Amino acid sequence: MNYMKVLLNGIIKENPTFVLLLGMCPTLGTTSSALNGMSMGLATMAVLICSNFVISLIKNLIPDMVRIPSFIVVIASLVTILQMCLQAYVPDVYASLGLFIPLIVVNCIILGRAEAFAAKNNPVASIFDGIGMGLGFTIALTLLGGVRELLGTGKVFGFELFPDSYGALVFVLAPGAFIALGYLIAIVNKIKKA
Amino acid sequence: MKKLASTWYNMAIVLTVIAIVAGAGLAYVNSITKDTIAQIKKENEEQAIKDVLKDNQVKITKTEEVDGMTVYSAENGSVAVKAVDPQNASFGGDLTIMVGFDKEGKILGYSVLETKETPGLGAKAGDWFQEGGKGSIIGMTPGVNNITVSKDGGEVDAITASTITSRSFLRAVNAAHASAFKTGADVETSATQQN
Repeated sequence: MNYMKVLLNGIIKENPTFVLLLGMCPTLGTTSSALNGMSMGLATMAVLICSNFVISLIKNLIPDMVRIPSFIVVIASLVTILQMCLQAYVPDVYASLGLFIPLIVVNCIILGRAEAFAAKNNPVASIFDGIGMGLGFTIALTLLGGVRELLGTGKVFGFELFPDSYGALVFVLAPGAFIALGYLIAIVNKIKKA
Repeated sequence: MKKLASTWYNMAIVLTVIAIVAGAGLAYVNSITKDTIAQIKKENEEQAIKDVLKDNQVKITKTEEVDGMTVYSAENGSVAVKAVDPQNASFGGDLTIMVGFDKEGKILGYSVLETKETPGLGAKAGDWFQEGGKGSIIGMTPGVNNITVSKDGGEVDAITASTITSRSFLRAVNAAHASAFKTGADVETSATQQN
């Protein structure tokens, strides 16, 4: 198993957002700014790495017919632990991220990777898959958040590039997320084919 | 190792064990983080009281619960109130705020303690109603000024595209004022009527 290939697979070839189109709810909902997008991506990556590792370790102990509920319990527990730790030890991060964290449980990338990768591969490869997919998701969300923030408010990561009043509010709202995502996917597809 | 077969017996055992292990893990993490979280919450509240009363040396002389709001009375007559929207009708769950009034009931300042509003929209409530913000409520007096959004005939500009959050926030402010000045105001009116 080539770990480097597993890692790059998640970032480019099977990018969860631009290629697999997984996890659309957090993608559209939390990318109102570049920072929000990146925070959500990183939090998801942390859970994804842990859940991939744990599930890959216990995969042989779980009968096939109850694997989905078992995976969900593992994922939900990890998310709750992450939430409590953030709240206690890095309250500043929690204050800006707090709302997104419970959403990670229902992110289908995590269950999808548990099912498609961790349940079939060894723990080390699963960690690499978690890192790759997590990075792919983070990059995509940061990019989408950046585009929406720029078009909507004229800022990127809070740095003003043009005045707020020229921004199109629609890009900060949900419809703008669909429009921006559609164009980004088109561009990524174009680049990949070229 | 071979995968466990999907028999009823195996499935029940596995699910039970996973649930117990997960529950124990959560209980353990909760027990070690609980105190720190409570501590941080308390510090935030104390800081918020100072912020909303614009007084870093403020001395709280009395704390009481009125209609589900927590009223902190300061030595100099100003009051800070921890309030929620009485109708619980914000956009994303409870919106908990701290509002400070001077002894005449004028709003000195506010701060949002807990919010689950949409980032970039309703979550703007933290800045929007501050002094210099687009819908500033600082210096207004509930009862004297009509503190509702302009759409409802009030004097406050709602957050762009977040009218529901704005309404909920302003309801909380009005409720805070009502509970803070309930006892005092009631006594005065009844006294006047008796005379």
